[in-house]
Amino acid sequence: MNAPAYNFAYLDEQTKRMIRRAILKAIAIPGYQVPFASREMPMPYGWGTGGVQVTAAILGPQDVLKVIDQGSDDTTNAISIRKFFGKTAGVATTTSTADATVIQTRHRIPEAPLHAGQVLVYQVPIPEPLRFLEPRETETRRMHALGEYGLMHVKLYEDIARFGHIATSYAYPVKVNARYVMDPSPTPKFDNPKMDKCPALQLFGAGREKRIYAIPPHTHVVSLDFEDHPFTRYRFDAPCALCGAGNSYLDEIVTDDKGGRMFVCSDTDYCEARQMAGHRGSESAAPHEESAHG
Amino acid sequence: MAEPQNPPQDDQPLLVAEHLGKNYGRLIACRDVSFALYSGEVLAVVGESGSGKSTLLQLLSAQLAPSAGRVSYRMRDGVLRDLASLGEAERRFLFRTDWGYVHQDSAQGLRMAVSAGANVGERLMAVGWNHYGRIRDSASSWLERVEIDTARIDDAPRTYSGGMRQRLQIARNLVTEPRLVFMDEPTGGLDVSVQARLLDLMRNLVSELGLAAIVVTHDLAVARLLSHRVMVMKGGRVIETGLTDQVLDDPREPYTQLLVSSILPA
Repeated sequence: MNAPAYNFAYLDEQTKRMIRRAILKAIAIPGYQVPFASREMPMPYGWGTGGVQVTAAILGPQDVLKVIDQGSDDTTNAISIRKFFGKTAGVATTTSTADATVIQTRHRIPEAPLHAGQVLVYQVPIPEPLRFLEPRETETRRMHALGEYGLMHVKLYEDIARFGHIATSYAYPVKVNARYVMDPSPTPKFDNPKMDKCPALQLFGAGREKRIYAIPPHTHVVSLDFEDHPFTRYRFDAPCALCGAGNSYLDEIVTDDKGGRMFVCSDTDYCEARQMAGHRGSESAAPHEESAHG
Repeated sequence: MAEPQNPPQDDQPLLVAEHLGKNYGRLIACRDVSFALYSGEVLAVVGESGSGKSTLLQLLSAQLAPSAGRVSYRMRDGVLRDLASLGEAERRFLFRTDWGYVHQDSAQGLRMAVSAGANVGERLMAVGWNHYGRIRDSASSWLERVEIDTARIDDAPRTYSGGMRQRLQIARNLVTEPRLVFMDEPTGGLDVSVQARLLDLMRNLVSELGLAAIVVTHDLAVARLLSHRVMVMKGGRVIETGLTDQVLDDPREPYTQLLVSSILPA
């Protein structure tokens, strides 16, 4: 269970207290980026150092942890973080969204609705939504403080001018609690409406940029848009090839070098649960028939 | 020059500077500058490099805090307020609605990486416009007014020539119909024919819109074409002030005489 060389959940208690203070402040000011003294973690930046620190700070021995990467429980990043906490905290792990109390995620919000008492921890690469338009940190902080968010619409304007519609498809800016504009981390904009009035607590950790922010349960989260170009969700217009779901976010999987492709749920837990319940898609009866495409 | 179509409704000054001074340690950049600017009036500040022109402009536009004296501005509600008493939010709001600032270096005044339309529309979006079609219509009508081909509305300003960039800066500033525009060497670095076209455009816009403007320039020809009044600065002090033709044709101070006589004959 708990390897003797480690404190519970890897981080020392002082560090956890520091991170918890940042988290409490972040919850008190929804959408506001709270600076914190991010630590070196035994993984490279970009692999979820921020998310791991937040998870380590909130994890208790009774918690059940789920880790997803692009919706999937079985990618390298998800497996290694799950094993990391299995080893350093000895907590139970699961792949089931409903059973988990803490879900660390990279780039997705699970399809199954979250319930009260759950915590969703996002790994965030760049927490500042204004960054690519205004490179100065001193200036972006001032803009947040004064609520000057015209620049965010400049970005959306550029999209429409170039592509005819708002082409931003991930990291789509939202306004939290009618005050702070926030980057929801690179989740697809399909997931944006799930953040609104979500009964679970949502925490965002950016390790390299040393920022934590939060959306408390049942908080208003609105995606920015124009009156004549309203926010729309986007998903591939196809059912999942494995479970037949018509409302889940899909990954496009290239199956050969002749243009063959299939669309499957990006949320593996959701897809498997549906298949267990007897739902079938076009490819699920014979999943190894790739040669048939040739 | 055409009479302004919107003559000032009253005789209250728009901007008042009182005994304005700025020093950096023992270096005095600007001292004891006092004047009043009325709406619809164009004031040129001339002088050689290092005479305190740019410092004065920054003091007047509240980008620098003065070491002495104060600047007051008559807000849209008609109340004259000390700029130092405004909160930062109010000051920044003023800066992007009621004021314009045309930089000598267009890269400072424009967002070079976003399209011309977004550059013009930014101020509108900042004051809460939320309708793409209307923002775009407004942007394209302003591009027309500053004589930029509307077919180039989606091009980034870095693909524009120097003269076009300055005209775009002007459009970007005027879109919220400011009452006062600060210009820092607006024609600097442009060739003579482009300068002439820009000056002509600015003169028309200023008179059409009844704008007040403070133009900092070392080019007396710009002062002569654009301004009603001239202030001559030397060593941080205003040494001579008066109507443009009076100062330039009949200079009183030896330094002004030198400035005027040092223009190369055409």
